[in-house]
Amino acid sequence: MTYLAKVTVTYKESILDPKGEAINDALHRLGYGNVQSVEMGKYFELKVTGNGQPIEAQVDEMCDRLLANVNMETYQIKIVEVED
Amino acid sequence: MKFAVPAFPGSNCDYDMVNALRDILNVPADLVSAQATNLEGYDAVVLPGGFSYGDYLRSGAIARFSPVMAAVKDFAATGKPVLGICNGFQILTEAGLLPGTLQANRSAQFICQTSELIIRNPSTMFTTAYGNQTKISLPIAHGEGNYYCDAHTLAELRTHHQIVFEYVDNPNGSVANIAGIMNRQGNVLGMMPHPERAVETILGSTAGLGIFQSLLSHQREGVHA
Amino acid sequence: MLKNTEPTPEALRDDHIYREWGLSDAEYELISKKVLGRLPNYTEAGLFSGMWSEHCSYKNSKPVLKKFWTQGDQVVAGPGEGAGIIDIGDGQAVVFKAESHNHPSAIEPYEGAATGVGGIIRDIFSMGAKPIALLDSLRFGELTDESTKYLVSQVVAGIGGYGNCIGIPTIGGDTAFDASYQKNPLVNAMCVGILNQADIQKGQATGVGNSVIYVGAKTGRDGISGASFASAEFNDAKAAQRSAVQVGDPFMEKLLMDACLEVIHDHRESLVGIQDMGAAGLVSSSAEMASKAGSGLELNLDLVPQRESGMTPFELMLSESQERMLLCVREGAEKEIYAVFEKYGLDAATIGHVTTGHQYRLWHRGKLVADVPVDALASDAPVYQREKKVPERLAQQSKAQFMPVVTDVTTTLKQLLQQPTVASKRSLYRTYDSQVQTNTVVQPGSDAGVVRIRQTDKALAMTTDVNGRYLFLNPRVGGEMAVAEAARNIVASGGVPLGITDCLNFGNPENPEQFYELDESAQGISRACKLFNAPVISGNVSLNNESNGQPIYPTPMIGMVGLIKHQRDITTQDFKQPGDAVYVLGDTHADFNGSELQKMLTGRISGTLFDFDLAVEKQNQDLLLDAIQAGLVASAHDAAEGGLIVAIAESCFGNNLGVSLTSDLRSVDFFAETQSRFVVSVSQANRIAFENQMQSRATYLGEVTAADRLYVQTADQAFDVPVSAAKQLWEEALPCLLK
Repeated sequence: MTYLAKVTVTYKESILDPKGEAINDALHRLGYGNVQSVEMGKYFELKVTGNGQPIEAQVDEMCDRLLANVNMETYQIKIVEVED
Repeated sequence: MKFAVPAFPGSNCDYDMVNALRDILNVPADLVSAQATNLEGYDAVVLPGGFSYGDYLRSGAIARFSPVMAAVKDFAATGKPVLGICNGFQILTEAGLLPGTLQANRSAQFICQTSELIIRNPSTMFTTAYGNQTKISLPIAHGEGNYYCDAHTLAELRTHHQIVFEYVDNPNGSVANIAGIMNRQGNVLGMMPHPERAVETILGSTAGLGIFQSLLSHQREGVHA
Repeated sequence: MLKNTEPTPEALRDDHIYREWGLSDAEYELISKKVLGRLPNYTEAGLFSGMWSEHCSYKNSKPVLKKFWTQGDQVVAGPGEGAGIIDIGDGQAVVFKAESHNHPSAIEPYEGAATGVGGIIRDIFSMGAKPIALLDSLRFGELTDESTKYLVSQVVAGIGGYGNCIGIPTIGGDTAFDASYQKNPLVNAMCVGILNQADIQKGQATGVGNSVIYVGAKTGRDGISGASFASAEFNDAKAAQRSAVQVGDPFMEKLLMDACLEVIHDHRESLVGIQDMGAAGLVSSSAEMASKAGSGLELNLDLVPQRESGMTPFELMLSESQERMLLCVREGAEKEIYAVFEKYGLDAATIGHVTTGHQYRLWHRGKLVADVPVDALASDAPVYQREKKVPERLAQQSKAQFMPVVTDVTTTLKQLLQQPTVASKRSLYRTYDSQVQTNTVVQPGSDAGVVRIRQTDKALAMTTDVNGRYLFLNPRVGGEMAVAEAARNIVASGGVPLGITDCLNFGNPENPEQFYELDESAQGISRACKLFNAPVISGNVSLNNESNGQPIYPTPMIGMVGLIKHQRDITTQDFKQPGDAVYVLGDTHADFNGSELQKMLTGRISGTLFDFDLAVEKQNQDLLLDAIQAGLVASAHDAAEGGLIVAIAESCFGNNLGVSLTSDLRSVDFFAETQSRFVVSVSQANRIAFENQMQSRATYLGEVTAADRLYVQTADQAFDVPVSAAKQLWEEALPCLLK
């Protein structure tokens, strides 16, 4: 079985996101005044082969160890089964 | 010949460019606000290097919506010279005045060094002053100078001699070693290397002068014609 | 809505909550019994914890800092303001300071380094100066484990990420590797600026009724300890989703810098004082501005621009959000100042006023949340005279000099060139924009970086130096050597030392052996500064640097700036042309304790540090500078780590030239690290004049050649290696180790 893990990494609360703020300002200048805030994150897609171990826990560990900087970032994982 | 140098929030080579033009080339040059809406009275526009709007989304992506860029488009349409250096090149591609895009360097690192360039097209309004010289060395300083375009665009660039500068030793992974390209009409040049950093012997090189001298003689010839 | 779950003053006392913020029981007693005559509330205790921290009050290091020599006719402003100022003639002055960001960089290396750079830049432009150069002094552990490699790559990326974006060239610095820094890297950033003396600003808030204006980034909970998070309205689960790591925004700082300099230059009549918000953020900037001016201050915290909701007074006052400045502006001129910041798209808000008396009062949601004497916060922190004891390792030190046995000197040279501390740092510094502002005459890689001053014939040389190994063996003499090496680098570049800044990176001051290192090294630094007429004009102190339970090597980073009076005097280390004569200026002795060779051959350094004579050092530097100013010198290079042979090799590398030299010294002595020496090359036309000036202090070794060969015939063996091969090893060592 093959799984597709979709991982979104974003800043934790209280962390300044200068990129998000600059983009937010730019959208306002373009006339999109109803944009309240912009958060800029990272998106990963991992194709993972099932190995009998819980996939979620494995991807979680990958996030903790590599994909996210847990000092300042948090992440969300979505896993779907895909064709091999 | 009067130069306009539009400064975007985050531009940081704007004064370097104005100083080079005024102090070394002795030509009038004005810093122009990104909010400016017309460029009347100018004979050339130089978009300087830096990190416009922090380069936070993609380099040049936010700057291209500045009011002055609409004026730059109109200005370019008249056939007068527009030169984009480094971030200026990135803005020109985002604005659609030049094809392709500039990606992160292959090494994923910022690179500041001197790079040798081949002058691939010596007969543009930006390069005639180099005469028979086929190579020059100029400083580069960028994190996103890796030029990319699809095969079709590359073929077009080649067919119409739009590739102006190539790296001898590709520092950033650019397609076809591209360091600088111009539009089909030949009046809009974007280049990653910094000619304004190579205009004084004390700073190590005067190899960048030729670009500006080419523009000055192009203008003189135009007036005489 | 905010639930006020802050502990009561009584709970604060009974549960000793203040201890978590670094206040001692005795300090708490002092505040409640003497300063206030009542129990401080939560906010007030927080203010004191920030202001009485070592970073803000120098309570442990003040007695040491007093020993520094800070005089000199050239000093316009010494330690005390944001940065020191030195006269360079023509009504201009140079402003510089260095600051450490060691602990933040250990936790989050990219942002730690980036915000270190951002902070030191603010110190410079808050004085009214335009920042013209950055330098970085870095120390890491051995490049044997992945975590150290990660630290190096991220710290370097953070420095470049900030400096490149804001548009200030990074033109120098130094990087070294030793196990003592394994878990505790040192990240010291230095910024240099120039100003017209008429533009000098002070961080002061005078004139009752004048406005206190906050400008720049909004305040978030950046840099606030976990203790205070728990105190607010958040439950534990949510607290785990928060972080106090500070993120730098160089784009914001560029706008802030340009706007502040515009206010300083064009609105001089309206601006009373300006200061950056650094450590202990709003409280330290505002309390210091009031205390320095002898004023009182009132702030309404509801008016502070805020990035997050529900921030408490404690959080607002102690937040270390970056890219913020505090201005004191004449009453009535507020709108004029707002207009400048608005043009740059920046927040500016009047958050309070200068008051009569000397109280510091904070209002929040209609309540008076703090009411304390401002001097108690800013000036009256207790000062501790710490105990000092000779470290056991020094008491037991072997007096003998290490006697290296080297069978194949060329192989040893090749190995030495690949030691990370000796190897080329190009792969690191080429990620820094060293040319923006188009004033950089000498780029990174030579003894000192050099920046010309436009519209004058002058230039400034700048360098950072310290060899912690020497201080580990002898803190006092090692301190002298650090200043001497910095001065050597300035002189070799054609400059006259003007002054120094420092980052005093040491261990725990409450440990008498570690305090001994701090105190002794300060005395060595001071003595050398006096001799070189290079007063200490600014600096910072970073204590409690420990790795695996051991203190780091005592590492007082010296940042020195020198004035090059005429641009023709600018000199680099590279040999210039074949046929030039090569000399070594200064005597060589069998000095190996603490050397790169000892480290490489034995894996550690040990023994008594070799002798050092400051008077000889000064004489040699004066001789070289005179020769440079007389136009006799083609190249000059300080002989440092790795000794004479490494200095000769490095002089060959720049222009890919060879040498053919002969010496009476033994081969092994070419690795000795005797101080006070330079490798100098001189054109044949200038040889006689040069030798006459040197008064036999310089020894002729041979000539620069066009051949791809470094050849040195010594008394016993010969160094013989193609320059290109040696250069390749030297250049590729670091990238290879970092892979």
